Amino acid sequence: MPPTSTNLVERLASAVGGGRVRSDVATLAAYAVDEVTPGAVVKPASAEEAAEIVRLAIAENLGVVPAGGRTKMGIGMPPMRYDIALDMTALNQIAHYDPGDLTVSVDAGCTLQSIDAALTLQKQFLPLPQGFGEQCTVAGTIASGVDAHWRQFFGTARDFLIGAEFIDGTGARCKSGGRVVKNVTGYDLHKLLIGSLGTLAIITRLNFRTFPSLTSAESQAGIFVAAFPDARGAVAFRQNIAASPFTPDAVELLSPELSKLFAEFRPRSWEKQVTPLSTWFSRSQWNVVVCFHGTPDLTARYVTALNQRAESAGAVAMHALQSAALDSAGGAGEELASLNARISGTARFLRDASAGAAIFKIAQLPAKLPELFAGLAEIAAKANVPHAFCARGVGAVYFALLPKDPAPYPSAAVAAVAPTQQEVIAMDAGLSEQALADLSRACGSIFDLCSKQSATAFIQFAPAALKRRVNVFGPERSDAAAMRRLKSAFDPRNIFAPGRVFT
Amino acid sequence: MNSDLIRELKALLGPAAVLSLPEELLMYEYDGSIEKSLPDAVVFPSTTQHVSSIVKIANKYDVPIVGRGAGTGLSGGAIPRAGGLMMVFARMNRVLSVDYENLRAVVQPGLVNAELTRAVEHAGLYFAPDPSSQKSCTIGGNVSENSGGPHTLAYGVTTNHVVALQLVMPDGEILRIGNPHGDALGYDLCGLFVGSEGTLALVTEITVRLCRKPEAVKTLLAIFDSIDDASETVVDITARAITPAACEMMDGWTLRVIEDYVHAGFPLDSAAVILLEIEGLQESVEAQAAAIEEVCLAHHAREVRLARDAHERDLFWKGRKNAFGALGRIAPCNYVLDGVIPRSKLPQTLRRIYEIGKAYDLRIGNIFHAGDGNLHPLVLYDPRTPGKLEAALAAANEIIRYCVEVGGSLTGEHGVGMEKSELMPLIFSDDDFALMRRVHDAFNPNASLNPAKIFPLGKGCGEIRVRHTGVHGTPSAPTLTPVAGALHTAQNETVVTPR
Repeated sequence: MPPTSTNLVERLASAVGGGRVRSDVATLAAYAVDEVTPGAVVKPASAEEAAEIVRLAIAENLGVVPAGGRTKMGIGMPPMRYDIALDMTALNQIAHYDPGDLTVSVDAGCTLQSIDAALTLQKQFLPLPQGFGEQCTVAGTIASGVDAHWRQFFGTARDFLIGAEFIDGTGARCKSGGRVVKNVTGYDLHKLLIGSLGTLAIITRLNFRTFPSLTSAESQAGIFVAAFPDARGAVAFRQNIAASPFTPDAVELLSPELSKLFAEFRPRSWEKQVTPLSTWFSRSQWNVVVCFHGTPDLTARYVTALNQRAESAGAVAMHALQSAALDSAGGAGEELASLNARISGTARFLRDASAGAAIFKIAQLPAKLPELFAGLAEIAAKANVPHAFCARGVGAVYFALLPKDPAPYPSAAVAAVAPTQQEVIAMDAGLSEQALADLSRACGSIFDLCSKQSATAFIQFAPAALKRRVNVFGPERSDAAAMRRLKSAFDPRNIFAPGRVFT
Repeated sequence: MNSDLIRELKALLGPAAVLSLPEELLMYEYDGSIEKSLPDAVVFPSTTQHVSSIVKIANKYDVPIVGRGAGTGLSGGAIPRAGGLMMVFARMNRVLSVDYENLRAVVQPGLVNAELTRAVEHAGLYFAPDPSSQKSCTIGGNVSENSGGPHTLAYGVTTNHVVALQLVMPDGEILRIGNPHGDALGYDLCGLFVGSEGTLALVTEITVRLCRKPEAVKTLLAIFDSIDDASETVVDITARAITPAACEMMDGWTLRVIEDYVHAGFPLDSAAVILLEIEGLQESVEAQAAAIEEVCLAHHAREVRLARDAHERDLFWKGRKNAFGALGRIAPCNYVLDGVIPRSKLPQTLRRIYEIGKAYDLRIGNIFHAGDGNLHPLVLYDPRTPGKLEAALAAANEIIRYCVEVGGSLTGEHGVGMEKSELMPLIFSDDDFALMRRVHDAFNPNASLNPAKIFPLGKGCGEIRVRHTGVHGTPSAPTLTPVAGALHTAQNETVVTPR
């Protein structure tokens, strides 16, 4: 990347004010994506300022990558051009909230935490994934396309994102959808922003339908965990629930290796400490976690029914917990919070298990999971790479290859710094050539396996070094041309994160 | 229409699958909206390969194509703007496969919505989107329009139930998008194509999610002496975050018309009723029914009636789903709107609708999906009385503008088609249109599929290819509906076959 001319920094500053443009080395490093650093970081104060930057980028043919809390910048391929990091965190207002309509409209840079705080006051919430850290922004979450464990009940963002405002690749401020829960006026362009990794448009505002809190005066949340000696029992339990009238919020199958990580989890020094739960997750066994909510008589029925169904599927240990309030001091509330921290943070557990972690997200029909599990385990064993994984009951599998080389991550040094800087440090923790070769071969085998089993797969998180050998989206697919046409409709000059999704 | 084209189509499909005589085409001049427009020929493909070949042949003769299911749509989506070829999917009406374990079905676009549920209900499963016309409308049409229905309040509209599509693109290419699981890899192409009103591709195969029938169902009819009380009840149910599976409202006048036709047992002297359905686990249904009854009584409901059995439940729903048919019996013409508003704005919007009716001296009935703020005001009028059509159009326009003003939108489930295309600038800016246009052109660059829909005609539409060549090869002048003329009377929502 050629050094950005002072000139550019000046021109950016004239668009948004000098205080909003930075080009010092430390700042640039903090916005690196897969070891590619931007020429400048700009933090617009408004959607219009952001559009100004985009227009400038168009005029000068500069690559722009939007950024929020920067917790998931590594998803996708490295950008081919990355001149401007467009930090959207200054757009952080809740623009419109109509609790009576259960709809909310939020600026791109709002953190999930701040939205949650506002919604909680009205006993509502948004079922977006909360496990990626407190600095996560709403637009970053949508653009990353990450899902949450409670999708089993609430669906994914495509089911509750009802509208968006964004800047397209011509610098125009556009919108799609609206603030109403049912709407077929115009093309559903906002759905395309989900998982677009900043390659289609710069999101400035998002509209959602909201949901009643899981816990309230009338409703309580519950968690049930059952341990099984093998995958077969865990899958049978899932099938048994699926064939029942029950509609749990989440059903998560944890491989023995992930169960161990859950059991041994200790929060980092700067994080809220939680109750250890070593007794909840059997280290060498499969565990199935079921989350549910409802009136006390309903949750009681859940516990009874889940106990029976788990037992008949061969469970060897079972735990259940219900609580009227998550934040009640001590006891059940603490334990529930501690459980939730694990269940919502699966991706983080997998990422933290190795600096070289390559984590696949595989979408497969649930009844075909046993076959997939067997194939994945075989590949990992053959490559001699440890693995751990979580399979959501709806068939989204997070499968992590966890190379032992180099030192386990996070090292003590890494654990001592704030989360956003960890990404940078993690990149330095390179793998040996041999380890990389083994890893990329295993990745290729996983793509082959998934294609044979009609599952779709991509590598959601991987070290930059691996991306130089493997395309994280796998082999070219038949709909790739359609995707490229869409990309050029939104971004005719190819300035938004070029190369991050399809090259 | 070019006789060589007809000959080629007949050679491909057989003579019975191609209609081109004027009297044969009359059946296809209508959909469920009031728009009327004749195609130049109608073809009935039986396979995806047919569809692809037809597209290629039509391209050779530069003739546009409009796709059609059962023609029950309410926005002019399934009739041509100006001639061309109509592709009717009636012969592609099979359930191709059902995966009971994973709750998926693969169907052809011409399959009637209710037929899918009928095919899987023996296993306790059903297809959730349930438009009022579900006994006649097709799933292909549902996909094109992203159709809703009463129960979409809890279960979502069509797009929430479609995981993969097989498409025939405007150049004849056969393309598969999405996957059986449903999580998009890359951009969510299914999310774009569902609801694109046939303007981007023709749908030839649909993979849908199936749902498991709930353990318990309760159907309640809450009866009110005041419309305000009824709409305040809906607001309160929403605000208390009670989530019924369906929450439908009917005003007293509409109710009496329906009762006269359906004999559902609706109270004839009420001002409004709310039809509520609660589904789920026994405990949750009990708790929600109690909460709903409490809210209704707090808002002065005269009575909250629980459907005693499946028979009474079906009767209530028959009344709701045949409402438009009932209304068709009493007014020469009615124009059904599809505005959608934030649910908190329901009472004021309903008041405004009645005021507008009064100002124009028109009867406006209201029967609608209250729970998701999707209004269906029915403007009734007699076009033989001078000035009434214009008054109906002006009233409709004012209602839609008000919906937009309170933060709502033009259409909740019927689609834009040609009926509402001229209203689109109420919502979208030139920049929005420019982007939608580029997306349109990325897939349908020559506007050879369903031209001149969705986009307002005045908005620099390169797509408006009004290349009408006339049925018998005589070029005829294009007739593009003017703004006001785009809004006429609507037909019965449950029409089975277009007349």
